[in-house]
Amino acid sequence: MYQQFKVKAEGVSAEVYRFITNDAALGFIIQFLQKEGVADEPQKFALWADCPFLEMVDRQPLEKIDGVKFNVTRELSVASRFGISQMEWALADTGSLAQKSTGIAQRLVSSLPIIHIALVPTSGILPDMPSLLAKVNPKECAYLAMITGPSRTADIERVLTIGVHGPERLVIVFVDELGGDN
Amino acid sequence: MGTEFKDSIHRAVNNANLTGALGKFSEAYKVNRAKAYEGIDFEELRGRIAELKSDAAFRFDELSELFTRNAEAAGATVFRTSDPAKVREYILKVARDNNVKTVVKSKSMATEEIHLNPYLENAGIQVGETDLGEWIIQLAGQTPSHMVMPAIHMTKEEVSDLFSKEVTERLTSDIPRLVKVARDKLRPTFLAADMGISGGNIAVAETGSIVLMTNEGNARLVTTLPKIHIALVGIEKLIEKFADVATILKALPRSATAQLLTSYVSIITGATPNDDGSKKNMHIILMDNRRSEMAADPKFKQALQCIRCASCLNVCPIFRLVGGHVFGKVYTGGIGTILTAWFDELKKSEDIQGLCIQCGACKDVCPGKIDIPDLIMEIRRRLVEEEGMPLIQKAIYSVVNNRHLFHGMLRAASIAGKPLVSGTFIRHLPLFLADLTDGRSLPAIADKPFRDRFKEIRQPVCKEKAAFYAGCLIDFAYPEMGEALIRVLNKAGIEVIFPLKQTCCGAPARYSGAYETAAGNAIDNINALLAEQVDYVVSACPTCTVALDHEFISTFESLGQTEFIPKARILSEKTMDFSTLVKKLVDEGRLSLKEGQVLGAITYHDSCHLKRTLKVAEQPRELLQKAGYELKEMFECDICCGMGGSYSMKLPEISGPILKRKLHNIKETGAPLVAMDCPGCVLQIRGGFDKDGTDVQVRHTVELLAEQLQ
Repeated sequence: MYQQFKVKAEGVSAEVYRFITNDAALGFIIQFLQKEGVADEPQKFALWADCPFLEMVDRQPLEKIDGVKFNVTRELSVASRFGISQMEWALADTGSLAQKSTGIAQRLVSSLPIIHIALVPTSGILPDMPSLLAKVNPKECAYLAMITGPSRTADIERVLTIGVHGPERLVIVFVDELGGDN
Repeated sequence: MGTEFKDSIHRAVNNANLTGALGKFSEAYKVNRAKAYEGIDFEELRGRIAELKSDAAFRFDELSELFTRNAEAAGATVFRTSDPAKVREYILKVARDNNVKTVVKSKSMATEEIHLNPYLENAGIQVGETDLGEWIIQLAGQTPSHMVMPAIHMTKEEVSDLFSKEVTERLTSDIPRLVKVARDKLRPTFLAADMGISGGNIAVAETGSIVLMTNEGNARLVTTLPKIHIALVGIEKLIEKFADVATILKALPRSATAQLLTSYVSIITGATPNDDGSKKNMHIILMDNRRSEMAADPKFKQALQCIRCASCLNVCPIFRLVGGHVFGKVYTGGIGTILTAWFDELKKSEDIQGLCIQCGACKDVCPGKIDIPDLIMEIRRRLVEEEGMPLIQKAIYSVVNNRHLFHGMLRAASIAGKPLVSGTFIRHLPLFLADLTDGRSLPAIADKPFRDRFKEIRQPVCKEKAAFYAGCLIDFAYPEMGEALIRVLNKAGIEVIFPLKQTCCGAPARYSGAYETAAGNAIDNINALLAEQVDYVVSACPTCTVALDHEFISTFESLGQTEFIPKARILSEKTMDFSTLVKKLVDEGRLSLKEGQVLGAITYHDSCHLKRTLKVAEQPRELLQKAGYELKEMFECDICCGMGGSYSMKLPEISGPILKRKLHNIKETGAPLVAMDCPGCVLQIRGGFDKDGTDVQVRHTVELLAEQLQ
């Protein structure tokens, strides 16, 4: 299902990576942030919403990087270039991600910054939307969010253009160690 | 039709930007949609959607109550009303109670339906549309021209002019830059807004959830940043089960924009937290505005199966020429015509219903399985019932309904038209057929109609008999097609009888809403065609075949005249179109075509009624190839030629460009010959090539096959 997901997600301009260990994934993210110019100044922050991944890794290497922040606010979200969050599921047949997004921090970091980095446990890959909806009880999840590729529009002359109100890049990082044998 | 309406059509078809953008889009859409549905059983899927939506429409009250209970338990406030004025007042009251100065909106057709923006603006509240297309038209002071792509009628140059004023900077027409400008310009609007207003793509009764889909991400911001969120949802968006969300989401993005899924889908159930820790002040308005009345209407309840994908617009040969503004200010295209008749008023649909050429393209792709052309016909019927028919049409149909007078006039026309005949085409026709010659020559009325020639045809004695239903065009304009049909059937051992009392099939009357006239025609024809015992009733005109096969019955049903329905069913069982009958005879070994012929290239035009109502497309192709023709398919082979019976008389400014496109596509194949199964299409396309001066032979399949009998 991972291969199917990757093909579908890349088909809608998402970037897809997969790592076996949490540490390898963290290493990749740090490298990515540095390459893309993370810095301790507005419009260059990286804002990381609370998630299981953060609790599982040694945060020390992160703390050495300027501009990586964890206290998610609306103002910081607007001022960040990168938003990082963990999403629970991926849907193989459409290349979508899904998350219980009731906590507003999860929505702020995935909708306001320019680049959204989404961590996903490889075991969270589901075949399709019916299997997702069977897993979620909306009475216990006030905001279920699905994300398929970056923000896009074709409202001017039907020309596909990436990055309107949401992120213009979606970087998906699967981690096997987050749980998983898919 | 009003002159204002005619003017709006003229403006639209002469707007190269509009027809260019829509034309390109419709071509790409067809390919991309097919790709998006790869591996999916569309018929099965739309069957399920139709069922779950129609089930919901039967239970609006129950589901509204269930929805309200669940959404309120989750912390939302639900307001139910049937009155658009009450919706506006409610929203304004929530705004005033919370001291709201600015509102951000994500796209909502329901708010367009009740003209919410001007109402709030008049009350001193700033309203910002955030969907890029909606924002563009808001800046331009226009209304949406398409349900999914509101600004599809505008060019990038027009957009850059609008945006330049907003940012006081001279922008170029670079689209990515324009999109960036919109992002930057709208960000502060989002952040400052006191209230967010959205629509809802789906409302789930058993959980009280609403589903919002966008590609841009604006609905996520509208529902996340302001502390108040109001969702305005038409009750036709209600479904019962949460699991069925997946069913609708499987079809909606694929049909709307040929995407597997929109970039963002949010399923919101009750009040969510704000960034200051407080709970969202969340309101959901369930608006009826005549939807319950629609649900109680035996015909129109079907329209509530609509999921608002707008695919009926995307495949419509008329819409791609005229765009949405001709249709009105809110809902456009096929389904829009129906919704306008209900949500606005029947009278408002008087002009726009006439835009439908009844080609059936929309019915084929509708994920809600709505018979849109049939509902538009029903609007016509009710308009005629309510307001009567224009005098001129009334005069025509009173003639059509009197077989002796009608046939007498057609005979007279063959003489009166004489001085104007050049070759086999005439430039002017008498009476009601005048004005038909714009962009297309018309056939001469035959010297001797088929009914007179028939008496002189000698046939072998055969065991089987078929009654031939000629239809007006073959009888009076193309009798040679009827003669060819007899040659073919005789060869297969079938004797053809021609009941002289047959008359017009009633399609022209029916398509104009004159159902009483159509029913009169139906009775005359049933009596004529069933008078003698036959094995088949065969016609070489798909429109007539559809009349005999389905429409006599449905005309009687619409009028509540049950008396002739059993006989109409017997007729329906015996009725066959020419190609289907011949294919059957060839397959049974009763008819052979010459072997080893090399007849050169041919292309085939699918007639609307044959392809989409009778579902016949392969039979004529196989027969022509078997006869020795090399088939070269044309682009858009099954798109209407623009004839549509009297449509080409009423709206030549639309029929003309559609024909032109068809002629172009035929020429592009390089084939010197085009075949089709409909004498109406022959009239249109042959006439088009005659005016255009191109040497392409236009023939009915029956003539081509008759030449190749073994």
